[in-house]
Amino acid sequence: MQIVKAVTCPVCGSLCDDIELTIDKGRVVKVKNGCAMCESKFLGYCGEHRILKPMIRKNGEFAKVTLKEAIEKAAEILAQANYPILYGWSSTSCGAIRVGLELAEEIGGVIDNTSVVCHGPSLLSVQEVGIPSCTLGQIRHRADLVIYWGSDPWSAHPRHIERYTVFSEGRFEKSDWRGYIAKIRALIGKKKIQTTIRRLVLKKKPPVSPPSGKVCPTIRREGRKLIVVDVRKTKSAEMADYFIQVEPNKDYELLQAFRALIHDQELDVDEVAGVPVEYLEEVADVMVNCDFGALFFGVGLTMSGGKLKNIDAALSLVRDLNTYTKFIIMPMRGHFNVTGANTVSTWQTGYPYAVDFSLGYPRYNPGETSVVDVLLRKESDAALVVASDPVATFPKEAVKHLVENPLIVIDPHMNATAQMADVVIPSAFVGIEAGGTAYRMDHVPIPLKKVVDPPPGILPDEEILMGILTEVRKIKKRSGKEAEED
Amino acid sequence: MEERQKLKVTLVTGRTIEQGVGKERGKMSKEYVESVSVCYMDPEDLKKLKIKDGTNVLVSTCYGSVIVKALKSLRAPHQGIIYIPYGPWANVVVNPETNGIGMPSFKGIPAEVEPAPDKSILSLTELLKTQFGKEAYANS
Repeated sequence: MQIVKAVTCPVCGSLCDDIELTIDKGRVVKVKNGCAMCESKFLGYCGEHRILKPMIRKNGEFAKVTLKEAIEKAAEILAQANYPILYGWSSTSCGAIRVGLELAEEIGGVIDNTSVVCHGPSLLSVQEVGIPSCTLGQIRHRADLVIYWGSDPWSAHPRHIERYTVFSEGRFEKSDWRGYIAKIRALIGKKKIQTTIRRLVLKKKPPVSPPSGKVCPTIRREGRKLIVVDVRKTKSAEMADYFIQVEPNKDYELLQAFRALIHDQELDVDEVAGVPVEYLEEVADVMVNCDFGALFFGVGLTMSGGKLKNIDAALSLVRDLNTYTKFIIMPMRGHFNVTGANTVSTWQTGYPYAVDFSLGYPRYNPGETSVVDVLLRKESDAALVVASDPVATFPKEAVKHLVENPLIVIDPHMNATAQMADVVIPSAFVGIEAGGTAYRMDHVPIPLKKVVDPPPGILPDEEILMGILTEVRKIKKRSGKEAEED
Repeated sequence: MEERQKLKVTLVTGRTIEQGVGKERGKMSKEYVESVSVCYMDPEDLKKLKIKDGTNVLVSTCYGSVIVKALKSLRAPHQGIIYIPYGPWANVVVNPETNGIGMPSFKGIPAEVEPAPDKSILSLTELLKTQFGKEAYANS
């Protein structure tokens, strides 16, 4: 048995790099330090749903083929297409993304990554307003106020709070874990006393539903503070010192109300987005009086009504707060290398996502060149999906056009998109069976380790894409020669 | 038989830890399918529909309708808001409108819920076949 330390977890944008794996006979048998998703990935990556052979759909049925045949078929589809889509890229290495961009340029396609359906609007707003940011390390050591807005790290980035924010042990700010335990104990104690009094003295049944969750009891104390803004009282919200339950699609109003309040303006209403103004004033005071604040926002802002305007408001709120104190803002990026997909795309083409090469040069106009819009307008005539599952993540109308045309999928696991594909090429798991680089949500590049060998005959995404690119170039050269001869 | 009541709600889709664990286990795994073919509802809303935790419901929006299993939300109170984890079931009912910026509307969609205890939840392969008319790969 071999123990590998300091492994980077290839699941979410937090890229925890302190995972310890025990390897036995070429398989991961034990995971230490990881969250539930990390454990599930490292222990389940080689399960029954792994694709082990390339497949091509022939007369509606899947037939197993050799890797060479699958790569040739994929290259043929892409070389013949007029306006192919190349989508995915957020769960693979930066090296594979670079080859993907080269392929998109070669075939004149539109290349888009998963940020189009997650933080695309954030990127648009950052381009308009700018972003005051820093690394997660600085937040760990210095932030005394952390806000999660439209984000539930407990579910989507389980170790974010423990590694980088309020429960992390920083050099200048200590972990608030003990404060949280004390709070929970106090609340449980209070509840028990209330229940006992009710049962013994009043002999009443407990209320059917708990009281409104719009505001959360606060315990005044020193140390790091946590604010959560969400439409539901998420698990993360239960840990918060202040929880604000905003009505769906009303984040914009709430953000602008905070902007007014921190400038000491009076609001002539009693409630904003379903939250009493008095409570907002209290929270605004906490924001202004912190020494170092960090606002993390999730797709609760980018996917709700207002979309990029919500992010404009959030970025502006943080800009305003910087006139009083130090405040930073950061999107909670989902897939482990979605930040890398944006970064590589930007340094190669000038644009972070939704890049169209159909005119021979990169063009960027989200709403037109973004993959969901291309599909809704039914313009594409083939698609290559790498390390992603758009059939499970795009609205039905967009998926309909995607599956009507030839579809090539490169993925280690069988998923809804691979089930609908015409060519399926299995790949190695990046970060387990293949190395590479990924960007953490704060734009810090982190190396991914190869800890075990992939199953026989399975290559990493980068090598498969290189194979397709070489084959496409051969086809184009051949057709160029034929055209000359004619 | 008394007429089944419909409830007007706001649909929010998003992540859950069960969905996260399921997707890493494998997108064809039982854990994943069971984690995304559900709909978390406020206990008060379940009462209004006169149904119990675990009853199948039909969720309909302007864009489609789908059968999922109603579960009692542990994140209550959020009356009038239902929560379906991201996945092929949620995609049937979300709003594809991108408002000219590429991002569909996955949250805050007006929807209706009605009990459908006699209808069953489609398997992933059946769902893909009925939605897109293309034969899906099945583990054989």
